[in-house]
Amino acid sequence: MLRLSGYAAARPMSLFLFKRILTLIATLIGASVIIFGVLEVLPGNAAQLLMGADASPEAVAALATKLGLDQPLWTRYWHWIGGLLSGNLGDSYAYGSPVIDLILERLALTVPLALLAMALTTVLALLVGVTAAARHNKLGDVGLMGLTQVGIAIPNFWFAILLILLFSVKLQWFSAGGFDGWSEGVLPGLKALLLPALSLAVVQAAILARITRSAVLEVMREDFVRTARAKGVSQRAVLWRHVLRNAMIPVITVMGLQFAELLAGTIVVENVFYLPGLGKLIFQSIANRDLIVVRNCVMLLAAMVVIVNFVVDVLYAVIDPRIKASDI
Amino acid sequence: MSAVPIDIPAPGAPPAPGFWRRAMRHPSFVIGAVLTLLLLLSAALSYVWTPWSPYEINLADKLQAPSAAHWLGTDAYGRDVASLLLVGARSSILVGVIAVGIGVTLGTALGLLAAARRGWVEEGIMRLADFSLAFPAILSAIMMTAVFGAGIVNAIVAIGIYNIPIFARIARASANAIWSREYVAAARACGKGGLSITLQHVLPNISAVLIVQITIRFAIAILAEAALSYLGLGTQPPQPSWGRMLAEAQTLMFQAPLLAVFPGLTIALAVLGLNLLGDGLRDLFDPRLARNR
Repeated sequence: MLRLSGYAAARPMSLFLFKRILTLIATLIGASVIIFGVLEVLPGNAAQLLMGADASPEAVAALATKLGLDQPLWTRYWHWIGGLLSGNLGDSYAYGSPVIDLILERLALTVPLALLAMALTTVLALLVGVTAAARHNKLGDVGLMGLTQVGIAIPNFWFAILLILLFSVKLQWFSAGGFDGWSEGVLPGLKALLLPALSLAVVQAAILARITRSAVLEVMREDFVRTARAKGVSQRAVLWRHVLRNAMIPVITVMGLQFAELLAGTIVVENVFYLPGLGKLIFQSIANRDLIVVRNCVMLLAAMVVIVNFVVDVLYAVIDPRIKASDI
Repeated sequence: MSAVPIDIPAPGAPPAPGFWRRAMRHPSFVIGAVLTLLLLLSAALSYVWTPWSPYEINLADKLQAPSAAHWLGTDAYGRDVASLLLVGARSSILVGVIAVGIGVTLGTALGLLAAARRGWVEEGIMRLADFSLAFPAILSAIMMTAVFGAGIVNAIVAIGIYNIPIFARIARASANAIWSREYVAAARACGKGGLSITLQHVLPNISAVLIVQITIRFAIAILAEAALSYLGLGTQPPQPSWGRMLAEAQTLMFQAPLLAVFPGLTIALAVLGLNLLGDGLRDLFDPRLARNR
């Protein structure tokens, strides 16, 4: 939890960073223990799961030895962590190929998708939020805020289906899903990701627009805004240059949290558009009982969420040096 | 100078007189309350009456357009869409009530404990809450499914676990504000212990914040249940659920596009209602906030 304090500027930034990095490492270790624990300990035996209930005990035992499942728990955990650090995640039970290759191949879709969605979210949210704040309590503001309420209420996968209905079934501008990879060029790739990114972005943009609006309204009451206006700076310039910059702290914090939501959302939206991304991989692996892939994918997603929040916290401290290390 | 009457209730104070009169004039509250009531009533109604049986398969009547007999048409198995939607409300409400119930009881208890004990207890609880933010509801549901298989119980537990740190953070932040009040210091001076102060002073005073959060988290739980059921991880057939209706409709988008419209609209209206209700309640409980919005 971050708190602001007046005297904290005296605290060196390096101490803050040091404490924050320690927390980051502790969180990652904790997440890895939970993921390992849930996926390895609770189901009993991965080999049994993999072969089904009616497999003979000898066959299960043979597979368990092959997969290294007969090793003690701690050995397997350290083996996994060592593999994570060296990039050797083992081989997928179902595909037979190295897990790292599978994941990297899928990330080439999921990461651009999440980034495109985040970019769309930011643009939409800032436009709507600042426009609404500039017309505070007037018709435009009320209308835009009503729209954001609707945006928040729409499930992203339903919005995705509506987009397909409109742009693929009716207008036939876009294909209803699928992704041919980046080898065809950047533009066809981006085109395939546009509708999925839009369906992810609309909900998050609605939330972020509301945050932006209230942050901008808050800053507009400050004295320096009146001073700038009195100096003859135009309303538009005051809004976009002075107010928005100062309203960015809450906006950036929420964006960090939203990136996590977007990553989780890709799992659903990739399924709507039949995109071969990380989300799709997780689902196929659950269906194939390929727990080694599930484990590494979940760890990767959790790590991305934690690291994004870390970056946001650090950015926060850079923007506002009053944040003190003892509050982290 | 004579004292100016100040009409600002403490956050979380019991509803002031005239609460209902103000509530009835608050558009968000009224629209939200009506939509939420409709959601609850349709789930209740589905136990005593549905236009058709939501389980009966009748292939002769499949994929019909909306008509007087089937108000919203029929699905690929000839089941009445309106009846499926009514019964589907049950799954959404069930998941919402239990998952938010888990979050609000465990989360609030942890948050109150953190605020009352401070020190390493608070530190420990809050670090744990930070850390569980690494697992969005969908991610923890996926882990549960990979291990225990798909099903509504696992979906409820996953969403419930995800709600715990959220309520813990909110309860702690609000409770800390109450602990710094004079009346708590007075209660302490009278020799009251942490538990009795928490139960008599802190909990009643943060209840408004919690109620607002419950409605909003309920909406998020409905969305999460729909997403999980859409993915096949939530409510299982033959129990109707809005998310799964959408998944089934997606395969028939060219033949029957309306099938993909009604369940989504229902989810959106339910979520919109709860969110508006939450916003309305927040304004009504704390008029100072309303002025800034």
